Amino acid sequence: MVQFTLPKNSKIRTGKTWPKLSAKNVRKFQIYRWTPDDGENPRVDTYFVDMDTCGPMVLDALVKIKNEIDPTLTFRRSCREGICGSCAMNIDGINTLACIYGLDEVRGDVKIYPLPHMPVIKDLIPDLTHFYAQHASIMPWLETKTNRPEKEWRQSIDDRAKLDGLYECVMCACCSTSCPSYWWNGDKYLGPAALLHAYRWIIDSRDEATGERLDDLEDPFKLYRCHTIMNCTKTCPKGLNPAAAIASIKGMMVNRVV
Amino acid sequence: MRYLTPRRRAAGKGSAHTGTHHHWSMTMSSVALAFMVPTWMYLFGSAIGQSRADVVAAFSHPFTAILTALILVIGMRHFAMGATMMIEDYSRGTARKALVMFVTSLATVIAATGLYALIRIAL
Repeated sequence: MVQFTLPKNSKIRTGKTWPKLSAKNVRKFQIYRWTPDDGENPRVDTYFVDMDTCGPMVLDALVKIKNEIDPTLTFRRSCREGICGSCAMNIDGINTLACIYGLDEVRGDVKIYPLPHMPVIKDLIPDLTHFYAQHASIMPWLETKTNRPEKEWRQSIDDRAKLDGLYECVMCACCSTSCPSYWWNGDKYLGPAALLHAYRWIIDSRDEATGERLDDLEDPFKLYRCHTIMNCTKTCPKGLNPAAAIASIKGMMVNRVV
Repeated sequence: MRYLTPRRRAAGKGSAHTGTHHHWSMTMSSVALAFMVPTWMYLFGSAIGQSRADVVAAFSHPFTAILTALILVIGMRHFAMGATMMIEDYSRGTARKALVMFVTSLATVIAATGLYALIRIAL
């Protein structure tokens, strides 16, 4: 349900300011911190980073802070090239991947928060358990009923092209956590990421469960809570268009009955 | 504390197998109202400032009367369905059900009152 204020134990206070460096090219970072261990409210710590010895991406700065200033800073990262989706976070008000978001794209101080409206495990790490379970619920695999061919299921070049713009999704959750409908009704609404994946399997020419997939999605909340707000498309760090995929599912639903 | 698996929570009570009718009805009524409302606004605007007899004559014309009736019925239905969607977004539980009942009743009363007034004028 809609929440206009943060819960009492989620209100953010000003945290520790780490010593300012004497270097020439210093940049200020304000980073959300919270740990379940001390029972305290979240806080925003301030760090100063020498940009002359820092890489160009936000993730480079986070790694530098963790290595050289504060080893307790916690965040997910792995591939550092926008493929794994681990380092999704809210940077300067935008949900994106820290590894492919340049520090030169941020004006002024760099403000870094975890993905919005998700339970926080620690610091910049959101709990994505429900998000992944929703993805699993759309059956993200080829579902076939025909036994043959036993080996290769062929697909035309045109049918394969329909998957472009869909299969590239890395499940970083930037889109779903930017969607107000997902904020208010994320327990029932599948969200842009799961629906984009659902459409990826619905239009796969080799899949034989199109009807069942559409049946599962025909629900006022699972699918129709999308109000075409388009935050998902605007924020997707991979440049994908989940809103168009959702509109296509709605179009297929209408074509079934009209 | 409930010991439910994440998959069980995600699946919830399963699909309601409804929603497309609502979506298609809203799409159709939106398109219809996009044409009807500007036309009706023009006719209504033309009647403003005229004498009672001229206004009654304007709304007694079959085209204006039928258009007004259609706007009342389709418009209020569109309003009720749209408001229901909004209520579902922002409230839960008993409050949600009560608000949906209220807004549906309100739309029905407005449409009925408007139709009654229209019949009094046009017939």
